[in-house]
Amino acid sequence: MRTLIFLLQKEFKQIFRNKAILPMIFLMPIIQLLILPMAADYEIKNINISIVDHDHSSYSRELTHKIISSGYFVLNDYGQDYQSAFKNFEKDQSDIILEIPHDFEKNIGKLSASSLLVSTNAINGVKAGVGSAYLMQIISNYNQKIRQKWLHYNGQEIKEGMHVESRFWYNKYMKYTFFMVPGILGILVTMVGVYMCSLNIVKEKEIGTIEQINVTPIKKQYFILGKLIPFWLIGIFVFSVGLFVVARGIYGIIPIGSYFPLYAFLAIYLVAALGIGLLISTYSSTQQQSMSLTFFLMMIFILMSGLFTPIESMPEWAQFITKLNPVTYFIDVMRRVILKGSTIHELQFDFIVVSIMAAFFNIWAVLNYKKTN
Amino acid sequence: MRQLLAYIKKEFYHVFRDSKTLILLFGMPIVQILLFGFALTNEIKNSELIICDYSNNKTSEKLIEKFRANNNFLLKEVIYDDHDYNQIFRESKVKLIITLPENFEGDLIHQGKSTVLLTADASDPNTSNTLVVYATNILYDFQKEMSNNVILIPYTIDTSIRMMYNPELKGAYNFVPGVMSLVLLLVCVLMTSVSIVREKELGTMEILLVSPTNPLIIIISKAIPYFLLSIVNLTVILLLSTYLLDMPINGSLFLLYLASSILILTALALGLLISNVTNSQEAAMLISLMGMLMPTILFTGFMFPIENMPLPLQIVSNIVPSRWYFIIVKDVVIKGLGFASIWKEMLVLMGMAIFLLALSLKKFKTRLE
Repeated sequence: MRTLIFLLQKEFKQIFRNKAILPMIFLMPIIQLLILPMAADYEIKNINISIVDHDHSSYSRELTHKIISSGYFVLNDYGQDYQSAFKNFEKDQSDIILEIPHDFEKNIGKLSASSLLVSTNAINGVKAGVGSAYLMQIISNYNQKIRQKWLHYNGQEIKEGMHVESRFWYNKYMKYTFFMVPGILGILVTMVGVYMCSLNIVKEKEIGTIEQINVTPIKKQYFILGKLIPFWLIGIFVFSVGLFVVARGIYGIIPIGSYFPLYAFLAIYLVAALGIGLLISTYSSTQQQSMSLTFFLMMIFILMSGLFTPIESMPEWAQFITKLNPVTYFIDVMRRVILKGSTIHELQFDFIVVSIMAAFFNIWAVLNYKKTN
Repeated sequence: MRQLLAYIKKEFYHVFRDSKTLILLFGMPIVQILLFGFALTNEIKNSELIICDYSNNKTSEKLIEKFRANNNFLLKEVIYDDHDYNQIFRESKVKLIITLPENFEGDLIHQGKSTVLLTADASDPNTSNTLVVYATNILYDFQKEMSNNVILIPYTIDTSIRMMYNPELKGAYNFVPGVMSLVLLLVCVLMTSVSIVREKELGTMEILLVSPTNPLIIIISKAIPYFLLSIVNLTVILLLSTYLLDMPINGSLFLLYLASSILILTALALGLLISNVTNSQEAAMLISLMGMLMPTILFTGFMFPIENMPLPLQIVSNIVPSRWYFIIVKDVVIKGLGFASIWKEMLVLMGMAIFLLALSLKKFKTRLE
């Protein structure tokens, strides 16, 4: 036990004496948490639309008006020339072209349908999907309206049809930042832990100071614990600043659930994340190696965690990979506790998985760390 | 010239002797392009759905069938009695619950109106919004079908949708150019900055600096191996995306390589700059990974459209080199556009490269402190 305290003293001194690193560990995550969630605004709004109106009838104008006043679309250009609309489309100035054919009004009173043509830029699949879905909804509402007019005119009974009422739970103001802040905070805490930890042992290897430790009778689990505990504490500190100062103070996010499951999960999760860092560290002989490996893993952790893109949309095999990624569980738990108020009981699966991961990575790291060359 | 060649040879030895790093350098782009190219999509598919059907009859069954067939939704369960929705949302991944009222069929046929309730888990407001729009469209479609069976009336507007550039809505079309910009930029920044700082840290930089070599040669020789390596990586990425991900290059290959060279140059200059202001590998790495990874992911614009960001952040995004490169790759590879439409982005990248190079050369210290 006394050995451990001395080791901890050494580690803390090393961390706090390094004036170049210290601000980066503490400030960088906080600054990023302040800025990035605002950049991650995914609300689909202001979809730029070009309308090519070959018809110029009262119907086509009415429809145009309906689309613009819906609030989802911004009229980029309105004209009769498809070519010039397409030019804007190519330059990314507009996302959707709606083409109203020449005989739109003429055909509309007939039994045959009159058709509209919508072209959307589908490189960004969501924007295309949601944009055209909004447009379809506006058009079919409009269609409903003119049909009812016709029915009324012909003296038939008017059917109101289905009424769809929608309720949105857990995010009263529909703010995307409420969804992103817990996730990004999770990633930043992970980064601090994994980066710092993965470099740490390797640094001693490269500089040669590890020899001095290796010749002492310090047991290797103490040595590993000595490396783990400082970063574990730093991780909890950074998380708390992020949660209380940035999330609560700046973004006004107050967890619906209690703090206990959050911190309990964080405590276990950090052990798992640091374990991964240690493991990388024991496998590399230079900082360059451990760094490129960390970079590689971090990219996968971030992009395969459901932070930015929905996991359900991924193919089966990729969903399996997300299940092996500890970050997935952390982000999921953060979001569920903060936004929905889930309790430990409801999160037990996540707790069990992350505990297993924590044990697995750390035991592996201890086994793989050898005091003799 | 002979000096330069000798130095380049030295740097290549450094790179090739560290086999672990080398494997990662070449393996990383391959694994990532394949993984992200196939796995990532912004589309909303297979969202878990529960339908609570109080009416339980033919009409509602038909409607449920419609939802079952739709691949935006994954119908998890149909329930017929009261449940605590809050419990469902908190325990499972269900994103939307549709409640059909008791007299759904009767109301719809006889009174011509009926209320359907959609309850969405809006912790992710966009997904929930989108799902509600999708579900509403399905409901309206269903209603149209039902009423068409009764009488045939005019005033039908038919809408056909064309998905341009990416008819199958593949995620790869958006994510491959994005990941490509990310990998090319970050790998270069990381590797150059670290390889220079490493020599500082180990003390070998001093030996290089006291030799009768122009410091410029030392820097150029550091940059060349990583430049070539990145070109090889780029080629591998393009081969993979063409042959495995079915994303053919529609524009000029020469133009693409030209633009990529400029991006790599920018990245090398940035790496050099970082190595000038730091003294330890740890610090260099923290700046280039911790500091750059998340901002680059977000500001490149492949995750979230830049035009949706608040204005100050849109301005900030302009200084991220990969943002410009991403536009170029999309234009050249997917849209097949020529030099005329991307010269502005090329110019911006070029300007960045020159600025960063000038700055880092000016800051490069030939003396030790």
